[in-house]
Amino acid sequence: MSKDETLGEALRRQGITRRGFLKFCAATASMMALPPSMVPAIAAALEKAMRPSVIWLSFQECTGCTESLTRSHSPTVEGLIFDTISLDYHHTLQAASGSAAEAAREAAMEENYGKYILVVDGSIPTANPGYSTIAGISNKSMLLDTAKGAAAIVAVGTCAAYGGIPKAKPNPTGAVAVSDLIKDKPIINVSGCPPIPVVITGVLAHFLTFGTIPELDALGRPKAYYGQSIHDRCYRRPFYDKGLFANTFDDEGAKKGWCLYKLGCKGPTTYNACATTKWNEGTSFPIEAGHPCLGCSEPDFWDGGGFYKALSMPTEDITRAAVYAVGAGAAAGVALGAMNRAKKARAVKTHEKVTINDLEKGADDD
Amino acid sequence: MTETELLLWVRGPALQIATVIFVLGIVVRIAGILMLGRKKNLAEARGSAVAGGLRTILSRSIPDPGTLQRSTFNVVAGYIFHIGLFITILLFAPHILLIEDVFGVSWPALPTPIVDATTVVTIIALLAVLIHRLRHPVMRFLSGFQDYLVWLVTILPLVTGYLAFHRVGIAPPPTLLAIHILSVELLMVVFPFTKLMHTFSLFMARYYNGAISGYKGVKS
Repeated sequence: MSKDETLGEALRRQGITRRGFLKFCAATASMMALPPSMVPAIAAALEKAMRPSVIWLSFQECTGCTESLTRSHSPTVEGLIFDTISLDYHHTLQAASGSAAEAAREAAMEENYGKYILVVDGSIPTANPGYSTIAGISNKSMLLDTAKGAAAIVAVGTCAAYGGIPKAKPNPTGAVAVSDLIKDKPIINVSGCPPIPVVITGVLAHFLTFGTIPELDALGRPKAYYGQSIHDRCYRRPFYDKGLFANTFDDEGAKKGWCLYKLGCKGPTTYNACATTKWNEGTSFPIEAGHPCLGCSEPDFWDGGGFYKALSMPTEDITRAAVYAVGAGAAAGVALGAMNRAKKARAVKTHEKVTINDLEKGADDD
Repeated sequence: MTETELLLWVRGPALQIATVIFVLGIVVRIAGILMLGRKKNLAEARGSAVAGGLRTILSRSIPDPGTLQRSTFNVVAGYIFHIGLFITILLFAPHILLIEDVFGVSWPALPTPIVDATTVVTIIALLAVLIHRLRHPVMRFLSGFQDYLVWLVTILPLVTGYLAFHRVGIAPPPTLLAIHILSVELLMVVFPFTKLMHTFSLFMARYYNGAISGYKGVKS
């Protein structure tokens, strides 16, 4: 496919009908919380858009993000949009390797300087540059080098967005997020472990349509997808409100599909589109499969005090602290009481009774 | 400190510290009261001191008609926020989970919309009580720093809990939850050294009064 081909041409060539294309535009508009009047604008912009150059850098990651974004949606129109960007460098997907691959990256950077989109998955080690290298280049220097000419950076996955699992305690590689190293470029965090495929295509569509990055929340995530908590959109929420919980993974409550809060669900503190967009082309999401939310789109989710511990439960042993305190308190209380009693006894012992003579003597003194 | 680390700290070490101060303080204060002792009553018993004491613990929960008439507002508002505190603290599902984790006992929870509404009523009752305290010349005269401190540490967990439950967007949800737990820990630390001790001492005082009358064979 030619580099000068527009997105519309590319889609038509691949057999996507006008109707299918507009349906995708309408879905994208509604997902981005845009009014229906924006659909033609999105369609027109996407139609004319030149395939943007995308450089995808993979650092300390598990390839789960790539799996999520490429494999699960490959037959859909989102997948084709994804194919239709000019993915100029992605060392997992490209055939070339070594210096040939790096040459492709450098060429794309030069050709599209200031215009290309940089996608990063994986965290960046800072403790020792040798912990993770590509073609002999450390992750950090490759990121800093490639970021210079990028129009925007999309940090895909929780590792790139917040450090993720490599940053989990004790963080042996000194892993950091993209936003810890790059301060002068717009960064869109598409968090999740992995993130939902449609979110990345939505972000790219937004960029192609408006030439800007979408509105972001305090954690740098597109509000359109991360604006609501899992808990607020969960289909099991009525059970939470009624106080009906599964206590184990195979009790009556679990079989009836009751709320998984007691089993450690992090839905109340997790913001993501899982409960609405769902996974595997809208099939289901983890809670629907009977497993509590792990909170994978939130920073430090790996160190959040245990996946199977309810949010309101203490993370340390409080019972033992309380028992020790009772013992120490009783000992201290008895000791203080004994001291008070001794003081009282001394006071009684040294008490001198005043007689009428003493008072008269006192009166004489005046 | 990230928001997750903060939440982890308040759910762990901070809760341990607050629990130790809370429990140790209460036990010391109760032991102190018990160690005061009583002089042996040489008079012949005309009734059961224990029965009188236990009866009074219950009977004093109902306001006598005279008090109800004289200070209707105090009694009604007082009852509302005390019952409200009971419901919000002990009948909210996540709180019961915490209790179960620490003490190993649990009981059924109330539906969250009921607890939610109760929280609002309790906050309103506590605000009304404060306004009354400030407007009533005698009450204002009698009120010191501690009275306002105790009011503040009582209403804070309710307000922060309401914000955390509804995830009002002034802070990320984990931080809202952390602030709520911190406000409870503040309450726990202040508790043993202030008038909040009445939660425990009121039963001792009632028993003491009732036992004196019971021994004499009269109604308390």
